[in-house]
Amino acid sequence: MSGRGRTALRGLAALGAALGLPLALLALWWVASEDSTHVYLPPLRDILEAFGRVWFSETFVGDVVPSLRRLGIGLGIAFVLGVTGGYLLGRSPLLRGLASPALAYARALPPPVIIPVLLVAVGIGETTKIVVIALGALWPILLNTCDGVRDVDEVARETAAAYRLTGWTRRRLVLRAASPRVFAGLRQALGLAIILMVVSEMLMSTDGLGFTIVQFQRSFALPEMWSGVLLLGVLGFVLAKLLELVERHALRWHRGMTGRQESST
Amino acid sequence: MGTAILYEVVARVFFDPRHVPPLSDTLPEAVGLLGDPVFWTATWRTLLAAGTGVGIAAVAGIGLGFGIGSVPRLLRVVSSTLDFLRPIPSIVLIPALVFLLDITQITVLLVAVSCFWIVVFQVLYGVRDVDPVAMETARCFRMGRLARTVHVTWPTVLPYLGTALRLVVSVALALALTGGLVMGAAGLGELIWRSQEAGDVTGMYALVLLTGGLGVGLDLLARLAERRLLHWHVATRPEAAR
Repeated sequence: MSGRGRTALRGLAALGAALGLPLALLALWWVASEDSTHVYLPPLRDILEAFGRVWFSETFVGDVVPSLRRLGIGLGIAFVLGVTGGYLLGRSPLLRGLASPALAYARALPPPVIIPVLLVAVGIGETTKIVVIALGALWPILLNTCDGVRDVDEVARETAAAYRLTGWTRRRLVLRAASPRVFAGLRQALGLAIILMVVSEMLMSTDGLGFTIVQFQRSFALPEMWSGVLLLGVLGFVLAKLLELVERHALRWHRGMTGRQESST
Repeated sequence: MGTAILYEVVARVFFDPRHVPPLSDTLPEAVGLLGDPVFWTATWRTLLAAGTGVGIAAVAGIGLGFGIGSVPRLLRVVSSTLDFLRPIPSIVLIPALVFLLDITQITVLLVAVSCFWIVVFQVLYGVRDVDPVAMETARCFRMGRLARTVHVTWPTVLPYLGTALRLVVSVALALALTGGLVMGAAGLGELIWRSQEAGDVTGMYALVLLTGGLGVGLDLLARLAERRLLHWHVATRPEAAR
């Protein structure tokens, strides 16, 4: 067999290995639920049919788009504040000393608890939901950036000083060096942000994915509800993959990036 | 301390005490709560749900992680499915399961599912990290599969499990509280939500304050346990050297 043929065959085998189990599981779900008359566990066929009916319609504009907008704005705010704050804290031991008890506390406070607090402090509204997402996603980004900035290679820093690099060039160097940690934080933040988006929509909203799913559940529209659950799963997956793509692109220079996820605190 | 003063000033100057009570009001309330059996029952329930969930996640995660991780062919088949399932937020389970299980069970399951992913992936990373030389040496000594797992793989995975422990503690607490907030599962989350609905703002802030304290305490415990577990390893860790 020619070398190319073997490579192609191996690629095919890898693809088969990757797709085999998910397809088998889906098929199993399909067959097992085919004759299901259980009200709460409708057949997969009904769920998929509901999926097309519900989500490829104005519900997408009315619910999915607002959800994604909140998620985007919240994460954006968390990113800007987290990187700026993490940079400042990482550079200044004095600031770190002052802030660290508060930071330890803020990190230990479970994020969903922010929801009732903001409900009282800010009230129900678009702002509250965005602030919930931003506040929850802030800490992983901030703390990881701070650690990353502190860990910047001493030699690199001193070299930059010796070359009399100043201002933005040096700041860019530090941020570049810290960026693998920033991405580690961002990855954690994304997961948290999705959870907070759904929870805040479940608790205090009139639109959005979380709200719609609960609404379906309350009106016993079970296939529709399951389709929402499915959509949320797909959304989580797609967003995580997108972030991974951005990360891979942004960290091309980082030779430690061999697809291994570093365990982060 | 500085932060506490800052908070006090900001709360007094910029906010209505009906929305953001200053710390001087919240703190006594929180201390009062510490003498209230209702608070302790709720804390106990939250911890119980979180603990049960973590227990399930640990057993399932370690078992599955080792099972999959030690068979490369199996890992190749399963990894895409794991990658697909992991980013699915576990709270989607709430509406899906609310008809099938009671809310306490769902809360436990919520905790278990989220923590399970952390444990499984940490174990998988750990198994991948096993030193091939150590493994070959063990083979040369004719150690059996079980002996190799116990003496070579397990010690390699342990530090990864230490990290998992720290991550799991905060996630477990957060989800146990979510169960209370969203579904009213008995515990601290439910207590907080009820005081919010009842308009007992100071009481709610006090509860949140204590919840944060609980989080700090659990985090400390997890770090302590990690150090205990890895006392033989700590010296080689950059984190401890810093």
